[in-house]
Amino acid sequence: MDKVLRQPSRPGSLLFPLLALFGLLGLLCACARGSGQRGTVVAGSTSMQPFADHWAELYMREKPGRVINVQGGGSSAGIQATREGAADIGMSSRELKPDEKDLLEVIVARDGLAVIVHPRNPVADLSLDEVENIFAGNITNWEVLGGAKHAITVVTREEGSGTRGAFQEMVMKGSRISRAAIVQDSNGTVREIVANDPQSIGYISLGLVNERVKAVRLDGVGASFENIENKKYRLVRPFIFVTKGAPGAAAQEFINFVLSRPTQDMIRHDGLIPVFRE
Amino acid sequence: MKNVAAMTRLERGERLIRLALLVVAFSAVSILLVITLFIFTEGTPVMFRYGLQKFLFNLDWFPLEKTYGLLPMIIGSLFVTAGALVIGVPFGLSCAIILTEFSSRRLRRFLKPVIELLAGIPSVVYGFIGVVILVPFIRDNLGGPGLSVLAASIILGIMILPTIISISIDSLEAVPRSYREGSIALGATRWQTTRMVMFPAAKSGIIASIILGMGRAIGETMAVIMIAGNAAAIPRSLLDPVRTLTSNIALEMGYAAGEHREALFATGVILFIIIMVLNTIANLTSKRRTP
Repeated sequence: MDKVLRQPSRPGSLLFPLLALFGLLGLLCACARGSGQRGTVVAGSTSMQPFADHWAELYMREKPGRVINVQGGGSSAGIQATREGAADIGMSSRELKPDEKDLLEVIVARDGLAVIVHPRNPVADLSLDEVENIFAGNITNWEVLGGAKHAITVVTREEGSGTRGAFQEMVMKGSRISRAAIVQDSNGTVREIVANDPQSIGYISLGLVNERVKAVRLDGVGASFENIENKKYRLVRPFIFVTKGAPGAAAQEFINFVLSRPTQDMIRHDGLIPVFRE
Repeated sequence: MKNVAAMTRLERGERLIRLALLVVAFSAVSILLVITLFIFTEGTPVMFRYGLQKFLFNLDWFPLEKTYGLLPMIIGSLFVTAGALVIGVPFGLSCAIILTEFSSRRLRRFLKPVIELLAGIPSVVYGFIGVVILVPFIRDNLGGPGLSVLAASIILGIMILPTIISISIDSLEAVPRSYREGSIALGATRWQTTRMVMFPAAKSGIIASIILGMGRAIGETMAVIMIAGNAAAIPRSLLDPVRTLTSNIALEMGYAAGEHREALFATGVILFIIIMVLNTIANLTSKRRTP
C-alpha cells in the first residue's frame, strides 16, 4: 500500500470523489434532520396494519396535508412504542395486559379468529376443547376426530404475536401451544401452509379466510359475521388503538375518522366487525 | 525551485488522501466494533440473570413465560448446518475437482463464473423455490409436514456450493505445476494424482472453503425461516420441523419487548460466538497453506 501511495499522483483525482462522498453524507444527515414533521405515527399489530393502511389512505385523501404514518412491528412493540412516545397511536390486536392498562384504549373494530383446515379435510366441526387439545399436542391424529388416519400438522404464530396472544387467551386458557407446532410469522404464511398441506390446522383472522382454506365450525357454530354479531361465535378479539394519555389533536382526529359511520360501514367490507358508538 | 514547491504540494495532497482513507477505513472497523459491543451489552445481562446453564441447556423456549431455553435452537442450527455440509461438500468438491483436473480451460472459464453467479441469487429466492417445489415434494413423497430439517439442509447445501467450489478451485489451482507434472511423470493416473498429490497439497484451502460454507449455512436466515417450519423443539427425524438460532431472532424480533428482546440479543451473542470460532478456525487453517 505504501508503494502505491509514494508514486506521484494527481491528488485531485482521488480528492474529489472523497469530498463528494463526505458532502453526500452531510446532505443525508441534513435530510434526516429535515423530516421533522413526521405526521401521526400509528404503529403495532401486523394484523391491523393492512386495515390501518387503508384507513390512513382514505383519511389523507379526505384531509390533504395531514400525514398518517402506519408501521407494523406487532402489538407488544406498538404498545411499547406508544408508551415511549415513538408512536402517537399504538395498535393492539389483543386485550391489554394488566401492566399495560396505564394507556388509554379505544376499540376501533372487532376481528373474528377462524380455525382453518385444508378444504379437502373431512373434519368440519370441532369443539373448543378439541381445538385446545390439538394445539396443546394431546390430539395428534386426525383419525380421533373423524378424519384421515394421518398425523396432524399444527401451525401457529410466533411468541408475541397479537393473533397468538388472542388465541392463547380464548382457546388455550391454561395450556401451552405445543413446542412441536410449526411457527409462521404472519397470517398470510399460516394460510399458505394450510392451503397446501391437507393434514394441517391453523388459525388466522376471519377476514383473511378465502376459498383456499376451510374455517371449521366451533362447537357447531360457523365462523361468520352474523354469528359474531349475534354473539354465538366466541373467538372474537378487539382491534384497539392505544394512546399515552389523551391523544393529541391530530391523533384524535384520525381516531374520530376511524370511528365515524362511513369508515365503520367500510370496515365490514374489509372483513372486520364494526363497532358503533351509541 | 518551482519543482520543489510542486513536490511539497503533491506530498501535502497525498497526506490528506492518506488521512481521509484512514478515516474511512477505521469507520468501517469501528462500526463492526459498535455492533459487537451493542449485541453483547444488550444480550449478556439476561444470560447471567437467567443462568447461563439454563439458557444453554433448557429445552423450553416460552419467552412470554420468561422461560428461555436455547438448546433446541442451538441443536437445530447444528443439525441444519451439518445437513447442508453433507449435501454441499460432496457436490462442491466433485465440482471443483472436475473443473480443475478433468476439464478444458475453456470449459472452466465458462463454468466458474456461472457457479459464482449462484452466490448472487438472493436467499429469499432460494426459500421461495424451497417452499414451492421442495417442501410439497417432501410432504407428498416422504411424509411429515414438508417444512423440515431435510428441506432446509438441501436448500442450504445448494446455497453453500459457490463458496465451497470457488475457494476449492482457487486452492487446487495454487498447487505448483511441478507437483502434478512430477506425479504424472512417475506414472500415476490423473485420478491418482488428484487423490494422492493435489488433494493433500490443497487440503488446508479446501478445509477453509468448507468452514466458510459452514459459516454461511449457520448464518442464513430468510431461506431457513421459509422452509424449516420453525418449531422450537429438537427434531426427532429429518422430516420434523426445526428452528435455528437465526430464525429465532428474526421471527420474534418484531414483537419482542423487554426481557424477551434481550433474550433475542443473547441468541445473537451465541450465534456471534459460534461464527467467530468458525472464522478463526478457517483463518488458521488457510494460513497454514503458505508456510
